[in-house]
Amino acid sequence: MSKLNLHDALSAIDVQADWVGLREVKESTTYRIIRDGNPQANSRGVDHGVMVEVLADGQFGYYGCNNLDHDSIQNAAEKALRQAKASAKNPLFEFTTEARPVTKGSFQSPFQQSVNELSAGRLNEIMLKAYNQLKVNDQIVSAHAMAMIIETESNFVSSNGSDIQQNFLMIQSDYSAMAHKDDIYQRRTDNHCLQIGMEEFDEDLVLARAQRVGEQALELLDAEDCPTETTNLVLASDQMMLQIHESVGHALEVDRILGDERNYAGWSFVREADFGKLQYGSKIMNITFDPTVANQFACYGYDDGGLKAERDFIIKDGLLVKGLGGKESQLRSGVPGVANFRASSWNRAPIDRMANLNLEPGESTFDEIIAAVDHGVYMETNRSWSIDDYRNKFQFGCEYGKLIENGKLTKTIKNPNYRAISNPFWNSLKMLGNQDTFEVYGTPYCGKGEPNQAIRVGHASPVCLFENVEVFGGV
Amino acid sequence: MEKLFNQLSETLLNNLNTGEHLKITIGGENSQFVRFSRSKVRQSGLVDDASLSIVLIKDERTCSGSFTLTGNISTDEATAMEELNRLRTEVGTLPKDPFVVMPEDTGSSREEHNGSLLNEEEAVSALSPAMQGVDLAGIWASGRIFTGNANSAGQKHWFATDTFSLDYSLITPDERMVKGTFAGSHWDQSEYENNMAKSIAKLRMMEKPGKKIKPGAYRTYIAPAGVADIVGMFSWGGVGEASIQQGDSSLCKMRQNGIKMSPCFTLSEDFTSGIVPRFNSNGELAPEKLDLILAGSLKNTLVSTRTAKEYGVQSNFAGEGESLRSPVLSPGDLNEDEVVQKIDTGIYLSNLHYLNWSDRPGGRITGMTRYACFWVENGEVVAPIENMRFDDSIYNFFGDNLEAVTDKAHLHPAVETYDGREMGGVSCPGILLKSFELTL
Repeated sequence: MSKLNLHDALSAIDVQADWVGLREVKESTTYRIIRDGNPQANSRGVDHGVMVEVLADGQFGYYGCNNLDHDSIQNAAEKALRQAKASAKNPLFEFTTEARPVTKGSFQSPFQQSVNELSAGRLNEIMLKAYNQLKVNDQIVSAHAMAMIIETESNFVSSNGSDIQQNFLMIQSDYSAMAHKDDIYQRRTDNHCLQIGMEEFDEDLVLARAQRVGEQALELLDAEDCPTETTNLVLASDQMMLQIHESVGHALEVDRILGDERNYAGWSFVREADFGKLQYGSKIMNITFDPTVANQFACYGYDDGGLKAERDFIIKDGLLVKGLGGKESQLRSGVPGVANFRASSWNRAPIDRMANLNLEPGESTFDEIIAAVDHGVYMETNRSWSIDDYRNKFQFGCEYGKLIENGKLTKTIKNPNYRAISNPFWNSLKMLGNQDTFEVYGTPYCGKGEPNQAIRVGHASPVCLFENVEVFGGV
Repeated sequence: MEKLFNQLSETLLNNLNTGEHLKITIGGENSQFVRFSRSKVRQSGLVDDASLSIVLIKDERTCSGSFTLTGNISTDEATAMEELNRLRTEVGTLPKDPFVVMPEDTGSSREEHNGSLLNEEEAVSALSPAMQGVDLAGIWASGRIFTGNANSAGQKHWFATDTFSLDYSLITPDERMVKGTFAGSHWDQSEYENNMAKSIAKLRMMEKPGKKIKPGAYRTYIAPAGVADIVGMFSWGGVGEASIQQGDSSLCKMRQNGIKMSPCFTLSEDFTSGIVPRFNSNGELAPEKLDLILAGSLKNTLVSTRTAKEYGVQSNFAGEGESLRSPVLSPGDLNEDEVVQKIDTGIYLSNLHYLNWSDRPGGRITGMTRYACFWVENGEVVAPIENMRFDDSIYNFFGDNLEAVTDKAHLHPAVETYDGREMGGVSCPGILLKSFELTL
């Protein structure tokens, strides 16, 4: 990663503290974008630094440091110590080293083709071909093909013996087409966020995705608006990603339930006493925290507090059983949690985040779900999202919809939106798709925390049927 | 950091080969962050961060790279030259970019705003006493922010400012909230304590029994903090010229169909306050003031030089993303002190939350009411209301339904910190609406 030997740097630190940790992160982010037939970006950013954390008088003080020489790290540790001591004058909670478990291990993202196996020039060629596929005809007024490649090395050592190395390779591919006719504008997109190699940019796969996006954007120009009614709603996996994220994931972050987030993203309708008692959804709802799903965007071996990450049920048979709380939140609340104490980079302290948070598949085929609906609406791909600060009242919009009539998908509809309240909505979950409908998605832009942190999360879900949902169209 | 930036720029520019052009940008901060929850310290720390970005242009091709600066000149020079050489290897393999923006020298600038900030070890002791006795959640951010730009045509800019902000929420035992922000560049303990005392007094108003209102259309006042959130939406599929050209703007209707908003609505990009730099990542200086929507009519959009080249229009030296950097919504003639009487019967919204376009071409925005929001009856505040979802179009609430704009604009400092502490803020008054659509 760098010339810095993290163990030597840790050994060289001389401060009177109960615990010291060093987390070095080096991350390279590369964008290759073709928009409207021309290169829009060929950029690479490298972010590199070390987070120095010190525990003293029951408080963690930190210093995110961009200079990696020993003198600078010593200075950072001294200043972090003074931050901890200043915090001890008005502390929220008294921590001990129990908040930083001793762990050793490593993690490596799975991939078939390394970054070096696909040159910048060749990736530009593929993105240009994708653009040409997106632009089905002149009614596509703008389109882009984007590749984002993130390579991250994260090393963590601590004075109580933790030693963790994790290497990640993460890819976002995004294809988008805007269609226009008269006063109608309709965008269609296809976005993947995965831990995967350059095989994500296999030309045939890329062109097939781009072709579908361009064609469906045009299809929407002649579609009717989504009807306004209360009806059955079938959501595709790429919309369930957002549904899980906003109305399950954020609501179950334990630091949020404890009130840390009240000045920014908000609180939660879930309270500490609800764990083990709240019927979050219908009996077929099973939510797992799962850092082990192959290629999912937020796989990792260990969180940034050093806790080993393992698959666990958060909601079992609709009942809330565990929170999304790392070791600090577990100590503060007594609520059972998971290894989700994560920082966006070296310059931020960890907080409770989602990682891979998935809805487990059921038994029904896609056709069986549609056949079970006399009248309803099917929606794909999020385009608008908003939810209240308690994670109750939400309104989400999608790019593409179909009417369901007499158990069959019929007309394409545009501007499909729906709104509901989280707990009754999840309790109206009627049918779950099987493994064949289970798809893996993610996003690099989950925002939370003060100071703000954007972090990567993954969500996988089958197709789902909800009853009695308010749906509506555009202006 | 300015000295380091100058040295690195000189090294890079002195090492350019014939036919190579370079644009160099620095950005960074030296910050303290203290997070409070329940009026106590949740997390506290310091961050030193800076990065240098270089854009290489050669033979109508371009690519860019950035890296974290260490502050050590020899280390950073070596990394900068390594990055330049990497870009040299890559640039020839890329397609030509017909809209590449070449560096120019249109004048240099230097601004440094030195503040008087709290010592980082005294912040907790200075901030904590005034918030005792109430439940406060919030973030203290303080320190220096800097940005600079240089290019191979000889232009150079530097801007640095010392600022602080305490952005906070006060919460009653039954979970009603009041929002507050105390920000500036020269710390004054008594001003801070006054700010906090006023917010605590507002919180007492939230202790009245609440009122649940039904979805529907209501006569509504939105206070400046809520209006600032709506103005922020104009940066995202709004006033950017590229977003209009690409069919992705809520203002396409104004451009293509001549739709107008209310004559009471005037939005401009106005740098006269001097709290944010006028130069963009190309080093181009934006006009000091640019009317965007004047008395309801779309007069200008934000146009970057790249967009100007692509669509054959005139640049006004907007940033690359064509978002608002220093937005000002003009005040009107409604006396701010008479707002509650003018509502008569309806709702008073102090803040909004989590806005998003629910139909961008239609200009429709959804979001939530948040914090101190009240039911008003016969010109008097009656009760706090439960938070409600709204879903309404800018062409309604900035159009025919905009009855009046208050006579005072307030600056709402930018407090977001995703890619480092933001500069500037939104200056805007409050708005009184004949009708506003609440949906859930």
